[in-house]
Amino acid sequence: MALSRLSSRSNTFLKPAITALHSPIRRHVSTDTSPITIETAVPFTSHLCESPSRSVESSSEEILAFFRDMARMRRMEIAADCLYKAKLIRGFCHLYDGQEALAVGMEAAITKKDAIITSYRDHCTFIGRGGKLVDAFSELMGRKTGCSNGKGGSMHFYKKDASFYGGHGIVGAQIPLGCGLAFAQKYNKDEAVTFVLYGDGAANQGQLFEALNIAALWDLPAILVCENNHYGMGTATWRSAKSPAYFKRGDYVPGLKVDGMDALAVKQACKFAKEHALKNGPIILEMDTYRYHGHSMSDPGSTYRTRDEISGVREVRDPIERVRKLLLSHDIATEKELKDMEKEIRKEVDDAVAQAKESPVPDSSELFTNMYVKDCGVESFGADRKALKVTLP
Amino acid sequence: MSAILQGAGAGAAAALSPFNSIDSNKLVAHSRSSLSVRSKRYIVAGSDEGTNKSFGSSSLIARRSQPLMIPNAVAATKADTASSSTPSKSGHELLLFEALQEGLEEEMDRDPHVCVMGEDVGHYGGSYKVTKGLADKFGDLRVLDTPICENAFTGMGIGAAMTGLRPVIEGMNMGFLLLAFNQISNNCGMLHYTSGGQFTIPVVIRGPGGVGRQLGAEHSQRLESYFQSIPGIQMVACSTPYNAKGLMKAAIRSENPVILFEHVLLYNLKESIPDEEYICNLEEAEMVRPGEHITILTYSRMRYHAMQAAKTLVNKGYDPEVIDIRSLKPFDLHTIGNSVKKTHRVLIVEECMRTGGIGASLTAAINENFHDYLDAPVMCLSSQDVPTPYAGTLEEWTVVQPAQIVTAVEQLCQ
Repeated sequence: MALSRLSSRSNTFLKPAITALHSPIRRHVSTDTSPITIETAVPFTSHLCESPSRSVESSSEEILAFFRDMARMRRMEIAADCLYKAKLIRGFCHLYDGQEALAVGMEAAITKKDAIITSYRDHCTFIGRGGKLVDAFSELMGRKTGCSNGKGGSMHFYKKDASFYGGHGIVGAQIPLGCGLAFAQKYNKDEAVTFVLYGDGAANQGQLFEALNIAALWDLPAILVCENNHYGMGTATWRSAKSPAYFKRGDYVPGLKVDGMDALAVKQACKFAKEHALKNGPIILEMDTYRYHGHSMSDPGSTYRTRDEISGVREVRDPIERVRKLLLSHDIATEKELKDMEKEIRKEVDDAVAQAKESPVPDSSELFTNMYVKDCGVESFGADRKALKVTLP
Repeated sequence: MSAILQGAGAGAAAALSPFNSIDSNKLVAHSRSSLSVRSKRYIVAGSDEGTNKSFGSSSLIARRSQPLMIPNAVAATKADTASSSTPSKSGHELLLFEALQEGLEEEMDRDPHVCVMGEDVGHYGGSYKVTKGLADKFGDLRVLDTPICENAFTGMGIGAAMTGLRPVIEGMNMGFLLLAFNQISNNCGMLHYTSGGQFTIPVVIRGPGGVGRQLGAEHSQRLESYFQSIPGIQMVACSTPYNAKGLMKAAIRSENPVILFEHVLLYNLKESIPDEEYICNLEEAEMVRPGEHITILTYSRMRYHAMQAAKTLVNKGYDPEVIDIRSLKPFDLHTIGNSVKKTHRVLIVEECMRTGGIGASLTAAINENFHDYLDAPVMCLSSQDVPTPYAGTLEEWTVVQPAQIVTAVEQLCQ
């Protein structure tokens, strides 16, 4: 059974004993790491640099991992949708379904030493960096066990040990932060790069050009990734940008336009960009992608685009379907196996949701923790020394 | 813009010379730590009781009547040996901007993670010469000349701090930091909290602000009032070369984001500071002149106006207690409270606008905490709620003048 080969996700009832009963052709392809070369469907378009090759080196293990991770992310976002409608998630909830290829493709090309910083559409990027589902759901529901202890919310997921720097609510504000991360990497001679993700809406922010100027001037290893999903909330790119060729807007900074729905193309582009940034400084990647949900849960997503458009993209360009076809055509897994995998993932996500629902909300004392860092142990009391007005821990 | 600012700074120095004579001798009982005892933690204890440790001073040192909170037991033992006055080593004289530079240089020597970024801080030496010579010594990677984009380089400094660097971000004039308000408020102040404690932001954001000599409305802003509501940051204002160096060092060593407010007109103040290493407590106020009749709370440049008024008041028979609050966020309610308990009258003298300034918050804090100890309502003298005009006479009337302080004290002490 193919499922026995799935490393940490096997359910106990699918133990390998059954393999002998099946056909004598023992399929071991899905853990095969021998390279497979796949051509990307769409060529890269470049600005001021050479395009990387369209032939992407991968392996069955990697493509299967793509499928699994993307299916998990998709399931997570759909579960978040249901939770939001059930009023367990409040406030703003920006979903990433449709864009999963970006998160998994990028992870395949980099290490945990490379930093990623993104905007508020950060759930899947967090999972891609190794975040756990239960941490994500707990944070979304405002529980103590969430990745930010329940104090951040949907827009503020962080994972320091995996160099994931969030999770930022203000459009474009993460771009200077990201260039700062790249600066620190250069300062510390880390030989790592920073991927600064932003959207087509944020591409018109002045601070992007300010930060890009500094990054290019100081040769910082910053890779600016524009996740162009064609809509800045309700405004299409042709209505908000005079020049929607975001990869060219860096002017003196090289750029690459990538099909963001193709995980392998994303992987190739990120690999190329990392090599470039370590040698030559910043580069812009424009990922042509699409989001099925509206801008956030408060946005139906259909007032500024037609349902036909959404379903059209889903039919033709869906990243998970694409990988599924790849797996089937290269005989890495059968339909049934993939369906079983998806069922398993669905259960995994449901379990995580259930576990998160059970977790406790933060104490009221947590309101004041993490305001300041414990520093020199000075405390300031009120004059009568009884009322504790300010404790600087 | 930079040329004008520098010229104004130089001109201001001459105008301020009457104040210079006051500072060293009258400023008593500086809070200083017993430095050599501790290896790493140069924490300033509450004032050493009655030690003659103020440098270069004469018999004008008054004793502190009440012991202050001593956060460190070790420092306390030093305070107990009050009578055996240890004469301090002779210090060296320098100007306030040189003190800032000295503090910055010492910290950069000590910790390779400290770097400076700002406009013209490197090769130019800083528009107020605070970073002069640092680029030659530490190189371009540690003293970074940024292009003119406050939003971006403040954000970059904060991003770098998230990974463990300790940038000192200079705004050429505090007013320009308004362009970086988003980064300072959302990212600098809040990231430690919203990430559940994962990231610390040990930045220092510093720059000159305040009303200068006819610099015009946009270059005479007091941003402490805008920044005070930002949760998660600390704000301090320096006023003498001694506390400038001490606060700069403490701010750099602090794991929290600190905004250090300097004043354009105070850069050329001269004072003698100790040779040995010291830092000032970020959260502590400074007792400038102990007294009995009224507490005058002030900070930054207004300290000198208050001290000038104090001279007049002493001649008229009043005994004002002048406290330089130094820590604008959070307030040192301990020192302030002890003072209010003693004098029962409070006058706040500040350079912020009347509406929503530091004085407004301080008035509320004092009323809330020390209401029972007050014999008169808290009075707050602030700048007028107007854009600072260019004309010299009008500009003079925008800020609080010593004569107004004298009148206010007389009124309160009736």
